[in-house]
Amino acid sequence: MTANLINTPGLNYLGLLIPILPLIGFLVNGMLGKFLSKSITGWIGSLTVLGSFICTVLIFQQLGVNDAIRLDLFQWISYGQLDISFGLWIDPLTMIMLMVVTGVGFLIHLYSIGYMHDDEGFTRFFSYLNLFIFFMLLLVMGSNYLIMFIGWEGVGLCSYLLIGFWFKNDAYNDAAQKAFVMNRIGDLGFLLGIFFMLFNFGTLDIQAIQSIAPGLTLNGPLVVAITMFLFIGAIGKSAQLPLYTWLPDAMAGPTPVSALIHAATMVTAGIYMVVRSNVLFAMAPLTLSVILWIGVMTSVFAAIIGLKQNDIKKVLAYSTVSQLGLMFAALGVGAFSSGIFHLVTHAFFKALLFLGAGSVIHALHGEQDIRKMGGLKKLIPITYLTFFLAALAISGFPLLSGFFSKDEILAHAFEHQKLVWIILSLSSLLTAFYMFRLVFLTFFNDYRGTEESKHHIHESPWTMSVPLIILCVLSVFGGLLGLPEVISAQHWLGHYLSAVTNPSAALFESGEAMSHMTEIMLMSIAGAGAIASILYARHVYVSRKTMPEEDAALQGLPKLVSNKFYVDELYEKFITRPVFKLSEWWGQFVDKLVIDRAVNALARSLEVSGKTLRLFQNGHTGFYVFAMVIGMVVFFIIRLLI
Amino acid sequence: MDQALQQVPLNWYILLSTFLFCVGVMGVLFRRNAIIILMCIELMLNSVNLLLVAFSAYHGNSDGQVFVFFIMVVAAAEVAVGLALLMSIYRNIGSTDIDVLNKLKW
Repeated sequence: MTANLINTPGLNYLGLLIPILPLIGFLVNGMLGKFLSKSITGWIGSLTVLGSFICTVLIFQQLGVNDAIRLDLFQWISYGQLDISFGLWIDPLTMIMLMVVTGVGFLIHLYSIGYMHDDEGFTRFFSYLNLFIFFMLLLVMGSNYLIMFIGWEGVGLCSYLLIGFWFKNDAYNDAAQKAFVMNRIGDLGFLLGIFFMLFNFGTLDIQAIQSIAPGLTLNGPLVVAITMFLFIGAIGKSAQLPLYTWLPDAMAGPTPVSALIHAATMVTAGIYMVVRSNVLFAMAPLTLSVILWIGVMTSVFAAIIGLKQNDIKKVLAYSTVSQLGLMFAALGVGAFSSGIFHLVTHAFFKALLFLGAGSVIHALHGEQDIRKMGGLKKLIPITYLTFFLAALAISGFPLLSGFFSKDEILAHAFEHQKLVWIILSLSSLLTAFYMFRLVFLTFFNDYRGTEESKHHIHESPWTMSVPLIILCVLSVFGGLLGLPEVISAQHWLGHYLSAVTNPSAALFESGEAMSHMTEIMLMSIAGAGAIASILYARHVYVSRKTMPEEDAALQGLPKLVSNKFYVDELYEKFITRPVFKLSEWWGQFVDKLVIDRAVNALARSLEVSGKTLRLFQNGHTGFYVFAMVIGMVVFFIIRLLI
Repeated sequence: MDQALQQVPLNWYILLSTFLFCVGVMGVLFRRNAIIILMCIELMLNSVNLLLVAFSAYHGNSDGQVFVFFIMVVAAAEVAVGLALLMSIYRNIGSTDIDVLNKLKW
């Protein structure tokens, strides 16, 4: 089914405005920022993103399920057979991503006005954020893989800049570099995938490749290689095993950055990319099963690590890794629209959780250790309420957004393979537990800091609390986007994305549709499990008032988990150290003895020959004329001889 | 006009212009006075001009004559600049002997 292209000037201009507005915001804030006052730069940054959001909504109203807009801006690379245009593509999938990026992006911008108010790098912060939004929009709107790649690299760059935003702290800079380097590994895979496609298909246009793909051999080496390389890119960007370690460290950046880049938008780029090329992936069941198992492993692995973290942002970071794993698991079983559904609800509640955590950190003047919090329920009620509801949503509490999206993935997993369903359910139980461990330790019981610091605790300004409230409403009611067929007549999101996902759905063998009884049973199991898990956490952390042990007191398995299974140390020992050793060796021997000597020898020989040759320039005009005549005669003789 | 030129065999023109050219080269090589060197360069140019005109007449093709006009214009410009340079050299060091002009080296 090909999309019905609509081409009206009004919509085209709106589509063009979406990425350009944040770019203007970036240019104004970046170049003229120091002449503008703080509040003006903050509002320029936020309002440009709001403008993009409004354009998105206007297009959304006119874009039907089967419609798409193609904007070919200019001929970009044209050489021989190769013809790549700089084009944008807007279809329902793009619309969903645009809504999330600009909508959640705007709320986070608004929040940042309050959160970053006292920071000296305020203007720089907003120009980076706008640049990020621009690249993210390019990523989701690109009509071919090369434009997607520009966005892909651009968001990586902005992620680097914003993780290392407080660049005076060396540890933060290291975290930024770690994120950048690990992303590069993935990007190399993505790039190789692009080269493979260009070489074999002669085009990079996503829609063209989607229509070529069904003609390839199912599970053939070509399609498996391409999808594997693309997936390596997704692993890096979306922090999956084994390249996930950068994401927890990325929490070094300001909290709005964690909410925007490392929870709601950039890290979901991998999911978007896989769904965007769903036909290609559907032709490679081998890759899909790799995706499934990496997603499942990541989901449960990160959830286990999350159990023992004591930094409020680290818990959320591992939770993000775990939820991304869940989304990849959905893609792995071929449930592309479910993956996107969870992406959207996750963007709502995880952004809210991060912003709530930011609000807590803001109230406590930079304290991030949950062991030193507690009892904040009465002191910052709005933050508490919104955070609590978001935690319910992510845990899969019945009828909240996370319940529906997660349940849909679990149902597809159940259909596909029971083992996957069991592991993913386990991971959701763990999620509910560690999220409420976090909630109870932060907001319940008594405050564990000093009396003096307690007096300074205050609720955040309206620019911060309004986004919290809006996101809270979205997290609670976001499930309405995709009510299961048991409850409502139509799965709205699934229907909306049908034009994008149908071509691949045709490629899967459709088994028996799940009976409504089974579905209701699965939902009840998931809901009951989540509630039980929350109650257990309440029992442990509220009734018994258990405190996480000090790091030194940990023994055995808890110690292993608390130290994140020593994965960072393993990478350090087996990858980083050997690379450093090798570089040292090359530096000492090859560089000094071979390259340096070769370069010096060349320089010396040039110097000597120059010194000799300049003696010919002796200042006697007669000699010059004589040399000229001799030269001409020599040329003449050569001409005669040849 | 062409017929008048063609009454003399072509070889003679070639020999004459070769002779003139060699005189020019020798002059440039062996004379010390910069003005005479300049004149010898003119001689070389004009020997070539002569050859071009001769060939042009013999082949009935006017390209050669066009070339000659170009060469004459360029030569005039060159002489103007050259003489101006020589004038200022003479004013500075009171001589136009090229053996004295050996300061520009290394």
